[in-house]
Amino acid sequence: MAKLSQKDIGGFLARQGILVAFVLFMIGFTLANQRFLDPDNVMGVIRSSAILGVMALGVTFVVISGNLDLSVGSMMSFSTIVVLDLHDKLGPALAIPAMFAMTLCLGAFIGFLVGYLRLNSLIVTLGMLSAIHGLTLAWSGGKNMDIADKAGTWFSFFGQSRMMGIPVPILIFALLAASLGMLLAKTPFGRKVYAVGGNNTAATFSGIPRARVVFTCYLISAFCVATAGLLQASRSMGSQNTVGQGLELEVLAAVILGGASLMGGSGTIFKTVIGVLILGFIQNGLLLVGLQFYVQYVVTWIIIILAVWLDIAAKRGKLWSPIA
Amino acid sequence: MTGQSPVLRLEGIVKTFPGVRALDGVSLSILPGEVHALMGENGAGKSTLMKVLGGIHQPDEGTIYVGEEPVVMSGPLEAKAKGIMFIHQELSLAGELSVAENIYLGELPRKRFGLVDWVDLERKTNDSLSRLKVGFNARTRVGDLSIANQQMVEIARALTVDAKAVIFDEPTASLTDAEKVVLFEVIADLQSQGVGIAYISHRMEEIFRITDRISVLRDGQYRGTVNTSETDEESVTQMMIGRKLDLSRLASHHELGDVALEVRGLCCGDLFEDVSFSVRSGEVVGFYGLVGAGRTEIAETLFGLREPSAGTILLNGEELRIASPADAIARGISLVPEDRKTQGLVLGMNCRDNMTLPQISDLKAGPFVAEGAEVAIFDQYRDKLDIRTPGWKQMVGNLSGGNQQKIVIAKWLSMHPNVLIVDEPTRGIDVGSKSEIHNLIRDLAAHGYAVIVISSEMPEVLHVSDRIVAMYSGRVMRTFTSEEVTEDTLIQAISGLTPGQAA
Repeated sequence: MAKLSQKDIGGFLARQGILVAFVLFMIGFTLANQRFLDPDNVMGVIRSSAILGVMALGVTFVVISGNLDLSVGSMMSFSTIVVLDLHDKLGPALAIPAMFAMTLCLGAFIGFLVGYLRLNSLIVTLGMLSAIHGLTLAWSGGKNMDIADKAGTWFSFFGQSRMMGIPVPILIFALLAASLGMLLAKTPFGRKVYAVGGNNTAATFSGIPRARVVFTCYLISAFCVATAGLLQASRSMGSQNTVGQGLELEVLAAVILGGASLMGGSGTIFKTVIGVLILGFIQNGLLLVGLQFYVQYVVTWIIIILAVWLDIAAKRGKLWSPIA
Repeated sequence: MTGQSPVLRLEGIVKTFPGVRALDGVSLSILPGEVHALMGENGAGKSTLMKVLGGIHQPDEGTIYVGEEPVVMSGPLEAKAKGIMFIHQELSLAGELSVAENIYLGELPRKRFGLVDWVDLERKTNDSLSRLKVGFNARTRVGDLSIANQQMVEIARALTVDAKAVIFDEPTASLTDAEKVVLFEVIADLQSQGVGIAYISHRMEEIFRITDRISVLRDGQYRGTVNTSETDEESVTQMMIGRKLDLSRLASHHELGDVALEVRGLCCGDLFEDVSFSVRSGEVVGFYGLVGAGRTEIAETLFGLREPSAGTILLNGEELRIASPADAIARGISLVPEDRKTQGLVLGMNCRDNMTLPQISDLKAGPFVAEGAEVAIFDQYRDKLDIRTPGWKQMVGNLSGGNQQKIVIAKWLSMHPNVLIVDEPTRGIDVGSKSEIHNLIRDLAAHGYAVIVISSEMPEVLHVSDRIVAMYSGRVMRTFTSEEVTEDTLIQAISGLTPGQAA
């Protein structure tokens, strides 16, 4: 048998490692708990991944353009609280567009700072994580937000109903994934996102306006966050101020798991969807085998580290190297 | 001097890279106390030779001797331990650290518990600095120093070890005249201590001022060594360029059209000033000068990447303002940039997508990219430029340098520009692809394009241009027609010498 060099193993793991790990997890979970592959469980996992998934779609654009968005969790809390509050004040038909408009403004502000002023996206969005949290608390006065008349509104449609037997959140996730997937893969704009993330200088030398492309990516991300906030609010009809806390890292984990490079320039919407599902099934599996919910935070962290390591390993073709 | 044994000797060094014989049996010896110039055109093998000496590349054949002892250079630290020091053109200093820390980086003096002995460090550093008569001290942050002073820090680093030979690679590229004088004093000082100096430079004036002997490389081959006092600029130029090279001009056999691009009194801060020239359609105008003469900056200004501080640009007789590359592209000005990997291509993208990038917004079928039209463009230019790739799906990063360059050229040709600017079209490209690209440039002119070629290689400029603009230090020194230009007059013009001054 041919001897495998470190490079071969590294290259293979880098390309397929996540899938191998996923298959091993799935086999393990199925053996440990018969219910794991039960259709109800599978549908439940996809449904509960939909909110995270919708956010991951937008972050995929940002990451491919060579930037980060760590503000999405905090921004999702904002959207949820705002739409719940406005629901009782303006009614759902006005509350929803008003919430989308406000969330898009936040996205535009980040896009302006990162795109046009060329500030570092990590710093900007980390700052916005905190700033938007403050904004949310100021809006709600720190109190939980609840819809007063839960039975007398059609607002629960987005989070709780089914169409053709499929939960609406899954349909919205699928619809958004399909349309954003087309936008990224098939349109001139999508091509520009890859070019800006792959080599910003070469994109500039090709007449592509980096600032406008990055700005638009943050707008798309904010739109996805607003959608996720709507799903969350509609599902629970009430919310704490911290509902989205920590989601930014899970979202990033899903995008990186799918194979988008943190350096920008690579990744697809399809791969991100795969990443979202992997994360969802692993977390669900861990619950089914009886691990405490809190352990998931640690596991998510391990998965992120693993994904980032494999991302780098794929770049240099080895699992470890003294120089980049 | 001939009685002494050399401090550093190379014998029959051969180094090949895939497809290129970069060094072909180079022998050279540097005597103690001499300044030995190493000359040659870009691509002649000087930098490869330096990398072999510094242990970055291992020679395929041949031996390096330090004193009488044959050595194998395993890396820069090995070279340093053997007393061979390099002063690089590109500085390798940590800007946030102090002068002392930079000089002793990796070998800071220690005291108990592994703490740095700052007193000893400063004393040692100030000793070396005082030899260089510089106006800063051990504690100065390197990032606060001028480029010239940073170079002095590099030199101070070389002085901390008992150097046998010091190699200067284009040390004066970024120095002012006053700073050069200090550098030359330092070199004379090293010389008087019996250190052998290798001095790489393109500048004839300096070579004749400070060196004792001159060795010339051409196309990776050693072309001989002469005593500086017994030669002159013209014969050294001849050794460098060689008479065998095909200098026959690919002259125009077609009619020139109207003036396509005219530039009047263009200035951009300190980068260049009062630049005027014109290019007619069907004409190739070459820009020749040393690195830093402002040629690339002119191209970037025409392409909307820099804002001119004065002057006018006329395209087909109409004055225009170019605020961004998108503007330039819309007006039919295309730029093939000098660094294809960082400026020309997205290496992780496939060939087709790279080629159609500037016009992607116009290639639409409904809201989507018209992929069929894209493939058609790719096929057309793959055939036209003979780009060798397994298919359009190939990542550009996997292609050879010549094919990558053709992708960049194809990218801009497919825009059907009025004016095509090509910056260093054949840098890092093998000889075969080079002549293909030269023929292509001539061919484009014959088809009525107005072409500007910027190059640091004299044979290239002579080969492809109908007219040559010689630049020195941000100014146009002279414009030659292909009939009147000679290598000597061209070298004089780009060295800032007026014809009367030169020997």
